[in-house]
Amino acid sequence: MKSVVNWLASWLLCAMVWATSSVFTLAHAVTDLPGGPAVNQVNLPQGVTRISADQAWLHWFMLIVCVVIFVAVFTVMFYSIWAHRKSKGHKAALFHESVTVEIAWTLTPFIIVVAMGLMATKTVVAMKDTTNADLTIKATGMQWKWGYDYLKGEGEGIGFVSTLDLAQREMSNNGGPKKGEVVNDYLLKVDNPLVVPVDKKIRIITTANDVIHAFMVPAFGIKQDAIPGFVRDTWFRAEKVGDYYGQCAELCGKEHAYMPIHVKVLSAPDYSAWVAVENKKLAAKLDDPTKVWALDEMLARGEKVYNNPGSCVSCHQANGKGGGVVKPIDGAAVVLDADKGKQIHVLLNGQNNGAMPSWKALSDTDIAAVITYTKNHWSNKTGQLVQPADVLALRK
Amino acid sequence: MSAVLGHHAHEHEHHDHHAPTGWRRWVFATNHKDIGTLYMMFSLTMLMIGGVLALLIRAELFQPGLQFVNPELFNSLTTMHGLIMVFGAIMPGFVGFANWMIPLQIGAADMAFARMNNFSFWLMIPAGAMLAGSFFMPGGAPAAGWTLYAPLTLQMGPSMDAGIFAMHILGASSIMGSINIIVTILNMRAPGMTLMKMPMFAWTWLITAYLLIAVMPVLAGAITMTLTDRHFGTSFFNPAGGGDPVMYQHIFWFFGHPEVYIMILPAFGIISQIVPAFARKKLFGYASMVYATSSIAILSFIVWAHHMFTTGMPVTGQLFFMYATMLIAVPTAVKIFNWIATMWRGSMTFETPMLFAVGFIFVFTMGGFTGLILAMAPIDIQLQDTYYVVAHFHYVLVAGSLFAMFAGFYYWCPKWTGVMYNETRGKLHFWWSLIAFNVTFFPMHFLGLAGMPRRYADYPMQFADFNALASVGAFFFGFAQVFFIFFIVIPAMRGKGEKAPQRPWEAAEGLEWEVPSPAPFHTFEHPPKLDATATRVIG
Repeated sequence: MKSVVNWLASWLLCAMVWATSSVFTLAHAVTDLPGGPAVNQVNLPQGVTRISADQAWLHWFMLIVCVVIFVAVFTVMFYSIWAHRKSKGHKAALFHESVTVEIAWTLTPFIIVVAMGLMATKTVVAMKDTTNADLTIKATGMQWKWGYDYLKGEGEGIGFVSTLDLAQREMSNNGGPKKGEVVNDYLLKVDNPLVVPVDKKIRIITTANDVIHAFMVPAFGIKQDAIPGFVRDTWFRAEKVGDYYGQCAELCGKEHAYMPIHVKVLSAPDYSAWVAVENKKLAAKLDDPTKVWALDEMLARGEKVYNNPGSCVSCHQANGKGGGVVKPIDGAAVVLDADKGKQIHVLLNGQNNGAMPSWKALSDTDIAAVITYTKNHWSNKTGQLVQPADVLALRK
Repeated sequence: MSAVLGHHAHEHEHHDHHAPTGWRRWVFATNHKDIGTLYMMFSLTMLMIGGVLALLIRAELFQPGLQFVNPELFNSLTTMHGLIMVFGAIMPGFVGFANWMIPLQIGAADMAFARMNNFSFWLMIPAGAMLAGSFFMPGGAPAAGWTLYAPLTLQMGPSMDAGIFAMHILGASSIMGSINIIVTILNMRAPGMTLMKMPMFAWTWLITAYLLIAVMPVLAGAITMTLTDRHFGTSFFNPAGGGDPVMYQHIFWFFGHPEVYIMILPAFGIISQIVPAFARKKLFGYASMVYATSSIAILSFIVWAHHMFTTGMPVTGQLFFMYATMLIAVPTAVKIFNWIATMWRGSMTFETPMLFAVGFIFVFTMGGFTGLILAMAPIDIQLQDTYYVVAHFHYVLVAGSLFAMFAGFYYWCPKWTGVMYNETRGKLHFWWSLIAFNVTFFPMHFLGLAGMPRRYADYPMQFADFNALASVGAFFFGFAQVFFIFFIVIPAMRGKGEKAPQRPWEAAEGLEWEVPSPAPFHTFEHPPKLDATATRVIG
């Protein structure tokens, strides 16, 4: 039996040498990704925010303290293992209790851990201070992509969805990058990166549509769960322009590994230029409020607006009769009135303490269209046509 | 306490002849030794199943890109690996040790409730089968992570219900096992075996059993709410109906954090038995060990939210849970110091149990230190849900709980089987496991620090080398355990090897060494008379 064990041991040794060498020949041609992981990175990134620098410092501090204690304690143990063994003829001592020693080695670690906690407290408080942000962006986790909406600050109103590069997702299915293929940003490349200005306090509000996700960017030192039905926030102030990468950090289903985060930090003028381009794109999608519409165009548009789920049709019904506290539109005096302004006023400001809510968030064109539609549908045959300009004139 | 025993004492000579044989011996088992064996066989089986799942995970992660499994199956593998190892391998393993050793250590004839003991074991079989078999259910095994976070669990297929049912059964089994252990320890100690003379293993299990009774119902509550959210229109955790997914995490971790101590306290107990035996010196600071274990158990209830620093807690919450968590390092450090002080100026030998015990102290402490680093909230923000966490909890659960069970196996196996294991093979198993373990899990610290999230089926190229190394280590670790089963466990069970004397270890103390090897079917049928230290039978 002993020979079996020896044979097994030598076989093992050979296999281990083979496996180790194969690991190193496997190494892919890949280089560090600035703002993302480095090849065989062994420590936290230094990062480009105060918080991430604090974290890196705290980690070094903890690591050194722990290693020093570890080495000290295990020097004692290994000395004892070396010196106090039976084979060296060491006789066992009889002591097995000492209240003084027990108190000493209870108090010492207590003081050390409290000191450690104190070192971290300032950073905890700083991390949670999301007030006075220059720019507020909502990050919405969705299976499996991120939605970004610029809520407040320069670029307000911009919104887009950010998805992993399709070719890289395919590449993953096909067994990853081929030998010799250099893909430094493998699984980190997205179609629309999040763009933010440098040296500005950015507050990220996280939420989710389906399950919990987590928004993480190691270079900024942030990780915040995105929880459906709830909003949470975190913040960063990037001190260097560049590209920074992160990945979803909370198991969110099948494609969990495939919803990366790419943040592009731009200088102030570059950021303003980017905002201008985005706003132009946004404007191109909008209707021209000075356009004069024909009646049939307006009716078709208005029918759509009326029947949008969650808008007019939900309360006033398809037949325009309403019900309960909801007043009918069909045959209503305010709708039939020759003064278009009355109905525009109701839509912009609401009525009955909000039983009829304000719809001022709709565009001028949509409001004009839906009023035109209600004035010319069911038994309402006023023939009146409301133009976007009429609505615009009554907006305060 | 002896009244119960005395009442039946006159019948004892008939017991031997009524013991069923063949398969009936095991199915109708009421003997604590048989049930202990059953528990350990079950644990070993689940360890192998969980291990195969782990190796499938490591095979997939050997290189970037998907080679063997799709991402959905990958999530099932990580989920089931976790559930099977925690609820199938580690917990039942320690219950097996408790069944075998506690009555022997306290001088009791058997466990207090022998038939409930049988029931709590046999409940585990359908539950284990349901867990392992969930891969073959429509839609595949649960893939929401072993933490079963809502609302992802609401998207799972029917196997999720099977998983919840299995957890319920395992929880019921654990509670019964705990009641049995508590009642046995509190009521059935031999005269003279006072609580403060009780062996450390019995002490740690007494405390563990209270933890189990306190938290298993909490888990049952959390998964029952998940079940009703899934099928009966409630919205405890479903945000679409006004529920709160974070509440699930609070409830889960209120169970989950004491749970990690449930998995490590009995390990502390085993190590506290082995170190004095091979240092030939009494355990240093017995009383402080008992107090430290109790402090850990109490503190374990007020630290749960350190698993949730990234959910967006208020600053006071983060500070409270950070400080409370760091406090746990104090009693844990006291235990490490006590073990080393026990070794200090002893007369040590290094048979396999001692090797595993020293290996445990050394490697577990590394896991303890990474725990301290993770407890620091600002660092945890970087490391939460990365491979650093994976490295940390494998250092405490594999190098901690599992190594302690190996140590306990080598220590008590002569008493169980009546034969000595082969020392050369035991040592090979130790060094092989220790090295392979570190090759597997040490690089994961680096991966986590570099920001690789856990539960990822594929990863950026920069993480490739350490993942490849970890995978190689994992396979070697797996083979080490196959070697353990085929070359150490099975020969010992078949009685192959040198005959074990009653006291195989020169300086091991305790009542288990007062009975012959192998321990007869019935022991301590009459309450033994003990000496003043309660370690010897004097009549």
